[in-house]
Amino acid sequence: MYKIVTKKVLNPTVTLMEVDAPMIAAKAEPGQFIILRVDEDGERIPLTVADFDREKGTITIIFQIVGATTEKLNHLNEGDFIQDFVGPLGVPSHTEGLKKVAVVGGGVGCAIAYPIAKKLHGLGCEVHSIVGFRNKDLVILEDEFKAASSVMKMMTDDGSYGEKGLVTDALKGLIEAGNQYDEVIAIGPLIMMKFVCKLTKEYNIKTVVSMNPIMIDGTGMCGGCRLTVGGETKFACVDGPDFDGHLVDFDEAMERGSMYREFEARKREETCALFAKEVR
Amino acid sequence: MPNMSLKKNEMPVQDANVRNKNFSEVALGYTEEQAVDEAERCLNCKNKPCVGGCPVAIDIPSFIAKVKERDFEGAYEIIAMSSSLPAVCGRVCPQETQCESKCVRGIKGEPVAIGRLERFVADWHNAHSTAAPAVPAKNGHKCAIIGAGPSGLTCAGDLAKMGYEITVFEALHLAGGVLVYGIPEFRLPKSIVQHEVDNLKALGVTIDTNVVVGRTIEVDELFEQGYEAIFIGSGAGLPRFMNIPGENLKGVYSANEFLTRVNLMKAYKEGSDTPIKKNSSVAVVGGGNVAMDAARCAKRLGAENVYIVYRRGEEEMPARNEEIEHAKEEGIIFRTLTNPTEILGDEHKFVKGMKCVEMELGEPDDSGRRRPVVKAGSDFVLDVDCVVMSIGTSPNPLIRNTTKGLDTNKHGCFIADEAGQTSREGVFAGGDAVTGAATVILAMGAGKTAAKAMDEYIRSK
Repeated sequence: MYKIVTKKVLNPTVTLMEVDAPMIAAKAEPGQFIILRVDEDGERIPLTVADFDREKGTITIIFQIVGATTEKLNHLNEGDFIQDFVGPLGVPSHTEGLKKVAVVGGGVGCAIAYPIAKKLHGLGCEVHSIVGFRNKDLVILEDEFKAASSVMKMMTDDGSYGEKGLVTDALKGLIEAGNQYDEVIAIGPLIMMKFVCKLTKEYNIKTVVSMNPIMIDGTGMCGGCRLTVGGETKFACVDGPDFDGHLVDFDEAMERGSMYREFEARKREETCALFAKEVR
Repeated sequence: MPNMSLKKNEMPVQDANVRNKNFSEVALGYTEEQAVDEAERCLNCKNKPCVGGCPVAIDIPSFIAKVKERDFEGAYEIIAMSSSLPAVCGRVCPQETQCESKCVRGIKGEPVAIGRLERFVADWHNAHSTAAPAVPAKNGHKCAIIGAGPSGLTCAGDLAKMGYEITVFEALHLAGGVLVYGIPEFRLPKSIVQHEVDNLKALGVTIDTNVVVGRTIEVDELFEQGYEAIFIGSGAGLPRFMNIPGENLKGVYSANEFLTRVNLMKAYKEGSDTPIKKNSSVAVVGGGNVAMDAARCAKRLGAENVYIVYRRGEEEMPARNEEIEHAKEEGIIFRTLTNPTEILGDEHKFVKGMKCVEMELGEPDDSGRRRPVVKAGSDFVLDVDCVVMSIGTSPNPLIRNTTKGLDTNKHGCFIADEAGQTSREGVFAGGDAVTGAATVILAMGAGKTAAKAMDEYIRSK
């Protein structure tokens, strides 16, 4: 059992939790993930390590409430316990030798992009951050990104905060303004990563994306997380989650991600109804 | 006077058309009377050929003699001296190629039903015994076991009985390895596995779940923490695919994923949080025990047509006869001498069919089995909406990639000698991680041998 030591609501649909997991905290690096099960009959879901504190022995996760499991997780509070918490899984993000990088985060993907930006910044790399959200209410980690970047662009779809537009607009602007990036790191919805890659391909800038497909064990056993990269099948859990974005078949990944959409929607409704009943 | 019947006592089973709609255990086990009657068939041979066929060398005639005397607990004690998981082995061991194949009664007629008797004795013990096992005095030495599957649990049990302080590290949230994620409930009820694991805990074994060795902690760190010898029983968990077009369509599973969803994550239960796609027609590609398990699960989940698609003939199938027979009785359709060439998808990228070719058998290949060759112009499409690939697994690379000095072969299996000693001092390995995918009992045998070698190693230091 793994104790929740801090819980913070970042916006109405996104929550941060700091979880007591000393063995994982001793090893975790940016880009890696954990798998958790909320309760005895729960499913296993992967969540990226948003931060870690080796001294306190804690792992920070940031999650969007999208399905039954994240709904249940969100109902836990400080002092409560998570049934299972395993990691760190996956290969850490490659950060060595980079001098100037654009980190692009979309929505809750910013939670994954932030620790990478922080690490790069700490290594003396020049970090330009571009973060995008649907609207002002959904903005997360703004101060954190500011602290880790020399340039930060805030984008919202409706213009309610920062600039109105997509992250690709801002990225294009920065590239056109003469910024030469060693690498672009894009983390967010598949559709966002797809279009960032399309853009950077035109400028021939190496782009790394972080994939978050459906998976069960996270150790290479089930193969549910497979995706096509450069024409070859890869397992996101052991070969990734970071991949060369110019080689990823995003259309296939989007299709595979929708496999259980109906089940997930129904399950979430059931869970919400259950919680509503408990409240009454 | 022994019972000279040429036939084994039949074991009662659920009716095929009832059991193919539920996940309860298929075989129901002997009654006391049936067990004693079957035990009477044993001739108690002096030279005990059956024992030579058992990878863990259970003293078979002695335990059967106790069954004859109706001393079932006495029988259990004899089995328990050699096997850590008797209730499991009585169910999943291929006895027909091991102990029972050596039985003298098998020369004329059927051998003694050793497996069924073992199962009876273990179940009797589990149902009647309340005595906690005697906890052995600690000898002050620590060993680590990586993987809580059949080899690891056996190794842990044997070392604990010798007085070692044992910690088992398991990557999943539950101990049991393939016994909990792979073998379905209807063949091996999970309560039985849990019971065996609880027995080990009662012996003083610590099981640390949610620890992925190679990620959470590395082998060298285990030595730093004071473990004097380490056993790697990490299994062969990485699924293989055929690399044919359409394998990433929605509705194509590895057998590992399909079985893990159904068994470990309990997707077969109403209300499970883990989804599994409900299908009308399922093709399971492969001819091993795992393929039979997947096919029989698919049937129980409600699929109308379930096919076993296998490129060789039924004769060449690696699955146990009993599993093949059970599958057929339950209505699984066998499409042998058939090989998939492509999986077809609809406009939403869900599986809508599988293109296959018919095969015929040519000259024997390296494995001694006749090589299947494509029959020209035999293409056809099998109408399915789900495909389960059950064509084998390979060892997980996590440990070999993070541990210096551990030699592996070209298949990624650890190289270990007969005692389980690897190329690294103090590191032993066994089970599927060494042999590639094999059976539960062979893995248990390897765990047992390694436990002995680890004891000798620590004593000689």
